[in-house]
Amino acid sequence: MKSMKKKACLLLSTAALILALPLGSAHAENSKVTIAVSIPAATHGWTGGVVYHAEQAEKELEAAFPNVDVVLSTASSATAQVSALEDLSASRKLDALVILPFTSEELTGPVEQIKQKGTFISVVDRGLTDPNVQDLYVAGDNIAVGANTAHWLADKLGGEGKIVVLRGIPTVIDDERIKGFSDVISKTKIEILDIQYANWNQDEAFKLMQDYLAKYPEIDAVWANDDDMLLGVLEAIDNAGRKDIKYALGGNGMKQIIEMVKAKDERTPISTPYPPSMIKSAMYMTAAQFNGQAPVRGSFLLGAPLITPENADQFYFPDSPF
Amino acid sequence: MIAATATIVPAEEGTRIRWADLAPFIALAAIVLFGALVNDNFVSSANLINVVTRSAFVAIIAVGATFVISSGGLDLSVGSMMAFVTGIMIMAMNHLVPSFGDWAIPMGAGVALVVGVMCGLLNGLIVTIGRIEPFIVTLGTMGIFRAFITFLTDGGSLPIDRSLREAYRPVYFGSLFGIPYPVLITFVVVMLGAFLLYKTKYGRRLTSAGSNVEVARFSGVNVSGVRTVAYVIQGVCVAVAAICYVPRLGAATPTTGQLWELQVITAVVIGGTLLRGGRGRIGGTVAGALILEVIANVMVLSDMVSEYLVAAVQGTIIIIAMLAHRFTANR
Repeated sequence: MKSMKKKACLLLSTAALILALPLGSAHAENSKVTIAVSIPAATHGWTGGVVYHAEQAEKELEAAFPNVDVVLSTASSATAQVSALEDLSASRKLDALVILPFTSEELTGPVEQIKQKGTFISVVDRGLTDPNVQDLYVAGDNIAVGANTAHWLADKLGGEGKIVVLRGIPTVIDDERIKGFSDVISKTKIEILDIQYANWNQDEAFKLMQDYLAKYPEIDAVWANDDDMLLGVLEAIDNAGRKDIKYALGGNGMKQIIEMVKAKDERTPISTPYPPSMIKSAMYMTAAQFNGQAPVRGSFLLGAPLITPENADQFYFPDSPF
Repeated sequence: MIAATATIVPAEEGTRIRWADLAPFIALAAIVLFGALVNDNFVSSANLINVVTRSAFVAIIAVGATFVISSGGLDLSVGSMMAFVTGIMIMAMNHLVPSFGDWAIPMGAGVALVVGVMCGLLNGLIVTIGRIEPFIVTLGTMGIFRAFITFLTDGGSLPIDRSLREAYRPVYFGSLFGIPYPVLITFVVVMLGAFLLYKTKYGRRLTSAGSNVEVARFSGVNVSGVRTVAYVIQGVCVAVAAICYVPRLGAATPTTGQLWELQVITAVVIGGTLLRGGRGRIGGTVAGALILEVIANVMVLSDMVSEYLVAAVQGTIIIIAMLAHRFTANR
């Protein structure tokens, strides 16, 4: 019985070896490069976009560079992401890791451990607490998202008026956007009537906007800081039949809002990108490090130019969930 | 059987319970009064209609939860289930609209009710036949339903067909004699719920199963059956809420109904239903749902609290309301 098992094992492993030989020799001269990608699971619009663009980039990179193997892993919490990193690095040698960390503090240690094995580290969006860990940092500019919107609004309102603001979830991202926005607004005569959290949630934004409308009979503009929330805001304004609101703006570049921008909507003529496709930028740049040795070490901050009807096509992904 | 169903209440006991029953309404009145003092706009009819209409979803789901909780169970999956039912309903409507036009709306609503019943039945059967704690069962299904809606939407949003949007809108935004439809639907659900809980044999069996399982069983009550039906009623209520919810924003997203289970349970408990089972208060549940929504509204309308502390004040008000409740109940 025992010997039969041994024989079977031997047979199988020989067969596997024979099968593997031609494959191995074909790639012998340019050995496979493994790029692991660790991102949050699709739990809301923006991360849904991240997953979509990561999957697209995986296909495109593997088609363009046959020696690159992209391994994609999503995680639904910081703890799950740490476990996913352990699983990814335990079974194979990683040449590069592209990571969009859930939280900075919890992920810094685990990423550092992977770096010690000689892995190239690309960090996206949320920085780690120790910037020395990363070889490449790709992020959007949240301060510019707020500031550019504020400049545009101040210009259109002629430097005065009454506005209301909706905040997201209390995080660094939200704080930076609000800071960028209010720093610019404070230099004008525009008055921020109210500012409250609506947690980047359409429903909560709808309710909050209804309350704002009940509280203030005269509002010139509203900034929702996120396009998902803007959809709820627009619904509330339309149903109250309020005509005093000249501008309702969001941010992030969600496809429904880009469609409005393209259609030259009067109330929402612009948006500001904080594109989930930044994961794609990071994956392409990381692949460049291993193909043609284009140097990519450093920090890469995506600008936040206004999305207008003229350039909207560049920011429009009709197949993306976001 | 007669002993199990008939409740003999002494006269003075009756007046005492009556006070406790009124507690959630008194709390609601106090908060409304406070709101009126804080901001004149609070009592404007537009604002009051907004708030009452919004609270319809939680109120409708909470009527179902009153059944589950007074039967001695608990359902944590209602928020995720609502999102899942919403997603299936939108997909069904979008699928049916090319061949049936506006008739896709009632057909989609029918699909929603069927899905709601199935989801409730699933919860109920696992709890009763599987003999697993309802907390764990519904925690599990909460994750399952949430994952399903995330899968259906690819993490983005699942919008309803444009041609249906206009026809369907009035179900949330329309009104009959000045009363918005969601409020009317809530009223109907509450009336049916109250009838079922207080006036039928099923209702009395349910409460007896919730207050003492052994006694109920010896009295010939099919405890498992009664409890399973309670979860099915919960499923139907979730589906009704979903039918009112879709016309509001016209889309389902992975964050739809997030944390609603906590609001629902809070509304039920504020309303005077015992979390350990054995007593259900449908009217109080509705008052509880209104209290939650009114507090949130007053917080925005008043300028007294920093935006960082709103949740703390809401929590404090809920605890004070419960303490007041306890105080009046012990008198």
